Amino acid sequence: MIDKQQERMERYLRLNIFPTTFCPGCGCGSILNAFIHALDDLDIPPEEVVTVTGIGCSSWIPSPYFKGDVLHTTHGRSIAFATGVKIVKPDMRVVVFGGDGDLIGIGGNHLIHAARRNIDLTVFLVNNFVYGMTGGQVSPTTPYNIQTTTTPYGNVENPFSIAEVIASSGASYVARWTTYHIFQLVRAMKEALQKKGFSFIEIISQCPMNYGRAVKLRSGPKLLKLFREKSINIKEVENLTEEETRDKFIVGTLVNRDKEEFTERLRDAIRRAEER
Amino acid sequence: MKPYERYFEKIKDKKLFLLGNEAVVYGALSAGCNFFAGYPITPSTEIASMMSRELPKVGGYYIQMEDEIASIAAVIGASWAGGKSMTATSGPGFSLMMENIGYACMTETPCVIVDVQRSGPSTGQATKPAQGDVMQSRWGTHGDHEIIVLSPNSVQECFELTVESFNLSETYRTPVILLMDGKVGHLTEQINIPSEIQIVERRKAKEDELPFGGQLIPPMIEIGDRRAVHITGSTHMPDGMRDIESQDVHDRLVRRLYRKIDENRENIVRVEENYEDNARIAVVSYGATARLAFGAVLKARENGIPVDFLRLITIWPFPRDRIRKLGEKVDRIYVPELNLGQISREIERFVDIDVISLSKIGGVHHTVDEIYNAIRGE
Repeated sequence: MIDKQQERMERYLRLNIFPTTFCPGCGCGSILNAFIHALDDLDIPPEEVVTVTGIGCSSWIPSPYFKGDVLHTTHGRSIAFATGVKIVKPDMRVVVFGGDGDLIGIGGNHLIHAARRNIDLTVFLVNNFVYGMTGGQVSPTTPYNIQTTTTPYGNVENPFSIAEVIASSGASYVARWTTYHIFQLVRAMKEALQKKGFSFIEIISQCPMNYGRAVKLRSGPKLLKLFREKSINIKEVENLTEEETRDKFIVGTLVNRDKEEFTERLRDAIRRAEER
Repeated sequence: MKPYERYFEKIKDKKLFLLGNEAVVYGALSAGCNFFAGYPITPSTEIASMMSRELPKVGGYYIQMEDEIASIAAVIGASWAGGKSMTATSGPGFSLMMENIGYACMTETPCVIVDVQRSGPSTGQATKPAQGDVMQSRWGTHGDHEIIVLSPNSVQECFELTVESFNLSETYRTPVILLMDGKVGHLTEQINIPSEIQIVERRKAKEDELPFGGQLIPPMIEIGDRRAVHITGSTHMPDGMRDIESQDVHDRLVRRLYRKIDENRENIVRVEENYEDNARIAVVSYGATARLAFGAVLKARENGIPVDFLRLITIWPFPRDRIRKLGEKVDRIYVPELNLGQISREIERFVDIDVISLSKIGGVHHTVDEIYNAIRGE
């Protein structure tokens, strides 16, 4: 068992750079671990994967630790960079990691447009409800009334339910899990990596340093316990009242459908042009 | 034969009657461009629409992105994936691209950005020509950097300098900006497609070469080369790994990015010089304005006033040695340009003589007589 884990780490990670820069109790390490489990289970070699990231803590999940190609880009723009990569190199698996500030805040427009195109990218959005790297400012997913360093009197805005937004934008695959649901997350990552089209997982993750401070749960395990208590499987939602699902994390697969993919359509258009 | 060679084969030696913006597309496709990402904006839109028609014919990819930030991002991603990529825009879109142009400088990404300048600031006069982005093309992105910027003054040069832009971007591993203006972009002229063109192919790293250092212009490892390339806009070491702490690593990286262009000035810089032995005054101009400026120079000569004429083809790196030499030869330099003196001020840095800015804004070009009368001292 230990040998297998060591083997997996050596296959997928630049171990010479460890330890990671993540804070104690952060969810990013678990997500990196889940990612390489998913790749290993599917026997996808790192050479066939390019990870693309932006700015923020979760953009450091594969960068620089993942031992494949890494394109670490500007704040919010990873999906647009990844679009260029995927079009030119359709055989590569293009995987984007980013946070709620990065992919929903500054980069939200690119996210919904990539989903609309249904381009074959796999996006892991790590939602920790806060701008972590800059010290805990309000983000587009911070719940109402939470005190952050920039909402000292409580957040007056409403959060995005981003998985639902992406599902309605046209993605092939959308799921939401938390870092508490690590086995379900690995399974969902495998589904996402195999799915043709835009596949998206909102991963609710703990930031004990900054979000933990805001909600007075300053440790990884305490936040994981909160995730367990507040999660409801999407299959059970039908039988519950609106009151019962308020402020809960609806976890599970929102969408898993077969749809035409963007780069294939683009190549069809090129064939039509060449024939003319 | 590669698709782009077949494309060039079909147009070579032809006389074509083209819009400046169309000539850019012919130049790009002849140079092997196979990826274009853009967003519609006047007066550059013809480049995007013609690209959408022509690129697929050579097996290339056209995508209209959700904005200009995404366009330049996709262009950089495509370049790292092995594409020859470009985008085209105008003032407001050019402003939006600035951050990612800096990323392209820092990560040494070959790509071409066309800016068909219009009258600004802000929305300004959307349909009118201007030359107000000269300094933005040099300093628009934050931080110390060098950049290559070319300025065509004819439809013929739109073709030639587009090819040159791709070649320079591959040679020096840097973004290259083709700084046009609305007039040149929308000008229709006959051009002669040459019978052959030189194309610079990308240099890829050998087994023992590093992708971000070890030599003045390092070769690339592309995404998909199975060599785990690590590309970051953060300060990085020659192997691409981030090091944002040490002064030494940052100093060495950023100075090398500066030096690789600065030390190759002689190989990059192009100007057009038309001098007279006994001239005491000179006119320096560029882009569409240079056509009217040259008209004024000819008129002055016809009227017995010898005038030197220098046209900047390369705007950045600035042709400072040529300007210095000119400053030693004449007593006064007139600089007509469609802005409030951006190049005029740059010239002042390198000469000890009077530099007279003939600036004009508002989307209307100088007339030949306006410039001629200024030269005559009226």
